[in-house]
Amino acid sequence: MFKSVRLRAAIAIAVTIVAVVFLIPSFIPDLPDAWKKYMPIGKIPLGLDLQGGTHLVLEVQTDKAVESTLERMTGNLKESLMNSKIRFRKLERIGGMAAVLETPDNASRDVADKHIRDQYPDLEVISSEASEGRESLTLRIKDKRVREIKKLAMEQSLETIRNRVDQFGITEPEIIPEGEDRIVIQLPGIKDTERAKSLIGKTAMLEFKLVDDDHNLDDALRGNVPEGDVIAYGNTIDKETGRKTSVPYLLKDKTLLTGESLESAKVAISDRFGQPYVSIKFNPQGAQDFERITGDNVKRRLAIVLDGIVHSAPVIQERISGGNAQITGSFTMDEARDLAIVLRAGALPAPVTILEERTVGPSLGKDSIEKGIWSAIIGGVLVALFMVVYYNLSGIVANLALILNMIILLGVLAAFKATLTLPGIAGIVLIIGMSVDANVLIFERIREELRSGKTPRAAIETGYSRAFLTILDTNVNALIASLFLFSFGTGPVKGFAVTLSVGIVASLFTAVFVTRIIFDYFVLQRKITRVSV
Amino acid sequence: MEIIKPGINIDFVGKMKWMVIFSLVLTLLCIISFFVRGFYYGIDFAGGTLVQIKFQKEISADNIRKALTTVGITDSIIQPFGPNEVVVRTAESTSDIKGLSDKIGEVLNAALGKGSLQVQRVEVVGPKVGKDLTRKAFLAVILSWIGMLIYITLRFEFRFAVGGIVGVIHDVIVVSGIFSLFHIEFTLTIVAALLTIIGYSIHDSIVLFDRVRENTRKNPRKDIRTLVNESINQTLSRTILTSFTVFLVVAVLYIFGGAVIHDFAFALLAGVIFGTYSSVFIASPVVLAWEDYRPAKRKK
Repeated sequence: MFKSVRLRAAIAIAVTIVAVVFLIPSFIPDLPDAWKKYMPIGKIPLGLDLQGGTHLVLEVQTDKAVESTLERMTGNLKESLMNSKIRFRKLERIGGMAAVLETPDNASRDVADKHIRDQYPDLEVISSEASEGRESLTLRIKDKRVREIKKLAMEQSLETIRNRVDQFGITEPEIIPEGEDRIVIQLPGIKDTERAKSLIGKTAMLEFKLVDDDHNLDDALRGNVPEGDVIAYGNTIDKETGRKTSVPYLLKDKTLLTGESLESAKVAISDRFGQPYVSIKFNPQGAQDFERITGDNVKRRLAIVLDGIVHSAPVIQERISGGNAQITGSFTMDEARDLAIVLRAGALPAPVTILEERTVGPSLGKDSIEKGIWSAIIGGVLVALFMVVYYNLSGIVANLALILNMIILLGVLAAFKATLTLPGIAGIVLIIGMSVDANVLIFERIREELRSGKTPRAAIETGYSRAFLTILDTNVNALIASLFLFSFGTGPVKGFAVTLSVGIVASLFTAVFVTRIIFDYFVLQRKITRVSV
Repeated sequence: MEIIKPGINIDFVGKMKWMVIFSLVLTLLCIISFFVRGFYYGIDFAGGTLVQIKFQKEISADNIRKALTTVGITDSIIQPFGPNEVVVRTAESTSDIKGLSDKIGEVLNAALGKGSLQVQRVEVVGPKVGKDLTRKAFLAVILSWIGMLIYITLRFEFRFAVGGIVGVIHDVIVVSGIFSLFHIEFTLTIVAALLTIIGYSIHDSIVLFDRVRENTRKNPRKDIRTLVNESINQTLSRTILTSFTVFLVVAVLYIFGGAVIHDFAFALLAGVIFGTYSSVFIASPVVLAWEDYRPAKRKK
């Protein structure tokens, strides 16, 4: 190493100062503006287990996105086949990912096949069958397009969720994709997890469909659902008993408008009952469509369906222009507000499910920090005492190195914005114990050398050089273990691995480099004749 | 101050036979426990829902369980976690957005009065993720063994690597065995503790091997048994001291660290003890036995 004590001391002091600078924001709450402009201002980020908050892993059902695309394509295809006067018996989806097209004869089957190949490049015919009076083609979306759809679904879901979380007003949320179909969400400091989860997870598919008043609802409920209709349910809450009942509706399946046509949505309070409702405004195209639909269907009921549940089905009194409408229902203020948020941010292209959730309440987080810090302090003091008792003045040198170790460790964490978790604090406590080991190795060596008659200077020299290789070996090994910990761990465990790794490297620096400086200073500059070890 | 006087010469090698037998018996016991008693897997591995609740006053587990059955949660396990605090755990987890944890909170609030409880912590792990994590944990432990094996072989010799790894495997089995025997919850953080123990145990063994290597260089003709014994004695001071300090800090964690990392600290505690033990009484016998079957070429 460098020979000059001065140079080395300067390096050590410089490193310490840098570490302290990075640490200051974590310990001093209000910094002067001048500091904020030129100096690092990041605090050490606290893990969710220390500051409270929620961690969610969502899975985006990208398959469903493919399914709904297929549904749309078959709808389109039906219309275009009819417009081109190509005869077919039926066209419907089978299972999730394929559709079957039946034609009355060979000729129309070939025409349909050509039509599909020409007009629908994304669809491919995977098989065709001919049996008694039945000619059919089985269709599927091409693989490349399927992959695109899934990727797009992921991207849109990410975007939508980001928008929703944004509007919820959480500081520093993290929304990160993972793998092909997972999204990891971290919401630090959130207090109302339930609300956040329903906000994030709502598919929010808004559809406007006509109520079919021409056919009999009871008949349909018994199983005779007319062609092109579908049964949906809505919830009503009896104002007196507070009981929820499920009300069936017979709707025409064709969706006339969706949430995509919305421009904005906000909460309003109805004058009559003081009930909150959501007031929506359509975009120009949507407004036109809405005007046309209401104009064509006066006196009919228009059902507002959200995620498959009928919210309300008011009667269309007259043609509505201007593109404004209301969604009423038995909302609480929170529910109305959240619905508005979700309509504004847009619908999720595919449903999401929660794979994993970890929530820590704020009081537990605070509790954990306190206990962690106490453990570190008590542990540190005990170890320091022990070192002095056992190794006398050299023990004090080791303790100095320990303090420096902690400062550098925390400084690096702050500089790299590495998250501190509860296991991370445990890691710090562990480092306190382990870094002592390097010094023990060195001091034991020095004692041995002194016993064999060497001068203090020579003993220190040999002690350090012999011990160094061992220290290096053990620390590299510990780093290897930390690496595996880091790669496999999630959240809190990763925090542990990080503090362990940084602590090990920092302890190498302080236990070997820094303590040596102090010894050399006393032996070379002050020329002491006895080493107190 | 010196606890271990220099020039000490305890006959470790002589006592090894007994210790090895003891270790074998212990390891066997642990392995039997794995199969017979199994593990109390945390939800990280088994999947499920876990809710930690703090009550205003003492509530009996039975009341809690009754309230939960009204929402269809029939298999809840309720464990005390501290004064007026319990952990409710069930094997189901819905991927529904309105999860079980919310239902649990709701129903208890309704049954016991709003405001009488505070949800401290919720963990929900779906079965997919549970399987994922189990696989990852397993892999991490096995891979780290292999990583160490390679590194030590490079720095020392293969037989040392084998000795070290056998010691480490022993430590992992014994600590896991304790968890299995006493039915302590085996979670992801415990696996993290195991990985830490692996790092520490090898660390210990390396210090010993380093000394053996040095002594071998100094006295190439000396009998290896004597060399190993000398090395153990020479490093005894350092081994005891380091183990002591690490034990000290981990004990502090165990006592003062709070309930959440309690089990983690316990694993580390056990790991420190066995990690030190294994360096002397497992790693060394393996190296010596290797020597008996395949004597190493002596360097001049």
